[in-house]
Amino acid sequence: MTDRFEIPAKLKTTSLVLILMGVITLIIGAITLMNSHATDHEIMHAERTRFWIVLLHNSVFFLLVGVASIFIQAAASLAQGAWLVAYKRVPEAIGANVWIFGLIAGIVLLCVAFVFNIDGHNPIYHWVHPHGDKILEGKSPFLNPAMFVGFTVVTIALWAFFGKKFRSLSLAQEQAAKNSTKIYWTTIKWSAGFLLVYALTQMSTTPWMWIMSIDAHWYSTMFSWYTFAGAFVAGMSAILLWVVYLKNQGNLEIVNKEHIHDLGKLMFAFSIFWAYVWFDQYMLIWYANIPEETWYFKIRQHGPYGFIWYSTFVINFIMPILILMSRPSKRNYFTVTFMAMFIIFGQWLNFYIMTMPGPLGEHWHLSWYEFGIFAGFIGLFIYTVANTLSKSSLIPNNHPLLKEALLHQS
Amino acid sequence: MSVKKFAVATYLDEEVLFPAVKKVRHSGYKMHNVYTPFPVHGLDQEMGLKETDLHVAGFVYGLTGTATALSFMSWVFLSDWPINFGGKPYFALPAFIPITFELTVLFAAVGMVLTFCYLNQIMPGVKKHIFHPRQTDDTFVLTIEMNDHVSEQEVLDFLKTTGASETYIDVAEEGWWYGRWDKEDDYKKGFVSAHS
Repeated sequence: MTDRFEIPAKLKTTSLVLILMGVITLIIGAITLMNSHATDHEIMHAERTRFWIVLLHNSVFFLLVGVASIFIQAAASLAQGAWLVAYKRVPEAIGANVWIFGLIAGIVLLCVAFVFNIDGHNPIYHWVHPHGDKILEGKSPFLNPAMFVGFTVVTIALWAFFGKKFRSLSLAQEQAAKNSTKIYWTTIKWSAGFLLVYALTQMSTTPWMWIMSIDAHWYSTMFSWYTFAGAFVAGMSAILLWVVYLKNQGNLEIVNKEHIHDLGKLMFAFSIFWAYVWFDQYMLIWYANIPEETWYFKIRQHGPYGFIWYSTFVINFIMPILILMSRPSKRNYFTVTFMAMFIIFGQWLNFYIMTMPGPLGEHWHLSWYEFGIFAGFIGLFIYTVANTLSKSSLIPNNHPLLKEALLHQS
Repeated sequence: MSVKKFAVATYLDEEVLFPAVKKVRHSGYKMHNVYTPFPVHGLDQEMGLKETDLHVAGFVYGLTGTATALSFMSWVFLSDWPINFGGKPYFALPAFIPITFELTVLFAAVGMVLTFCYLNQIMPGVKKHIFHPRQTDDTFVLTIEMNDHVSEQEVLDFLKTTGASETYIDVAEEGWWYGRWDKEDDYKKGFVSAHS
C-alpha cells in the first residue's frame, strides 16, 4: 500500500503566511520592545523583559509538545501497542522536527540567561546574578550558569537525536525484508532508552531549570509532572489535528473512528490528569499557607492574571471532561477537532501563566506580540511537519503490527 | 420465571462461531444467547447487542456522590459545627475537593457494580441454567429459543449446517432462581407435565 501526502498549496501558503507573521512580529518586537527606551524606567524594563519571556514561553511550549510525540511513540513501541501504528507517521514526523524547535528553544534559553541583562540584573533568571541573595546562593549548586548550559544542551541534543532515530528506524523497517522483525525489536530497545531520558529530563529536571527557575525563590515538587501533563495533552491534540487533517485530504484511509476514539481517550484522560496535578500543587500550598510559597499563587489567582488563570482551568479541565466524556463525542470528528484546538490554546495559556507573572508582574500583555509569535510557531510547526510527512508513505508498510492496527477496536 | 425449550449448538472454535452467529441472525430464529469461555472481541456487534447505557448510570451516580459530599460538608462546616481550621474560611472549597472526589468515585463505582449485577441478573446465590458443562472451559455455546412455529428437527438440522459439533434440545429455566442447583428440576417437571 502506498499513501503519499502531497502538501496542498493552501496549507503551504497558510503556514508560510503564519511564519511570516511571526517573523514580522519578531522584528517589530526587536525594534520596539527589545530596544525599548520608554521614559518610565519600570515600563522600559517590562518591555525589554516581555520581548524575551514571550519567546521563551512559545519556544519551550512547542518544544515540549513536540517531545510528547516522541514519548508516545516510545511508550507505544515498548508496550507493543498496535493502536498507534495506523497513524504512526504523524508522531514520527513531529518527533523528527524536534531538533528545529530544540534549536530555537536552546538559542532563546541561552540568550535569556546570558545575553539579556538590565543593569547587571537578569529580570527573568534572577539566579544568574544572585547579588548576595541568600536563597539563590543556597540553590546555586543546581541553579548556576554551567549547570544551565549543560542541562539545556544535553537535553535538547538527546531529544533531537531520539526524534530522528525513531523516524529513521521506522523508515528502515519499510525497506527491510518482508516479515523481518529485527528493526521492530531494535525500536523497542531504543524506546526503553528514551523513556529513561524522558523521565530524567521532561518529567523531572528540565522544567525546573527552564520554567520553575523563572520564579527562582519558589519551588514545587509537582512542577515537572504538571508541565508534562500539559505538554502531553497538547501533544496528543496536535497529533489528532494532523490525523483529522490528513483524513480530510483523502489520505490515511486506514485510520477510522476506532483510532480517533483512542486519541480522544488520551486527550480526555490526560486533561483530567493535568487538572489533578494542577489542583494538587495548588491545594498543598493553599493548605500549608507558608508565605514563601503562597505568593506564587497570589499574583496568579487574585492578581491581574486571575482571569487567565481561571480560564486555563475551564478550557483544560471543565470543557474536556464534559465534552469528551461520552463515547459518541470521542468518535465524532467535529467534537475531537474542536476540543483539540481548545486544548492546545488552553495549554498555551497554561504555559503563559507559568512564565509571565514572575518577571512581568502587573505589566502583562496578551496582544499582538504574544499572538504574533504564537502564530509564527504554529506556522513553523505546520510547515516542518507537513514537509516531513510528504517525504514517505503514510502507511508504515512492513510493520509487524500493521494488520492488528487495521483491525483495531477501542 | 418461566421454563422454556431451547435448541443448543456447541462450537469448538471461534472462527466457526462467528459465521454461525451471523447465519442464525439472518435465519430469523430467535437467538437466546451465546456463551463463551472468554471475552470474544466483536461478538457483541455480531450478535446485534445494543450499546449499554451503564455509563450514563455511572455519570448520574457520580454526580450524586459529588452533591452528597459537597452538601454534607457544607452543612457540617457552615451550620452544624463550624470550626476554624488554621484561619481558613468555613467554606474551604479546596479542602473539600479530595473528599468530594473520593465520594464521587465511590458512588459511581458501587452504583455501577450494583447496576451491572441488576442488568445481568447476577448476585451471590443467584443460579442460572448452564446449557453445557464445558461452556466455561473450552466450548462456545449458542442457544436458540424455540416456539410453537418451528419444529425441533428443522432447527437442529439448521444448526448442524452452521458447523456445530453438538446439537440438542434443552428444557431450561430462562431466568434465575435462588438457592440450590437441583431446584431447577422442580421447574422442569412442571414444564414437562404441562406439555405432555
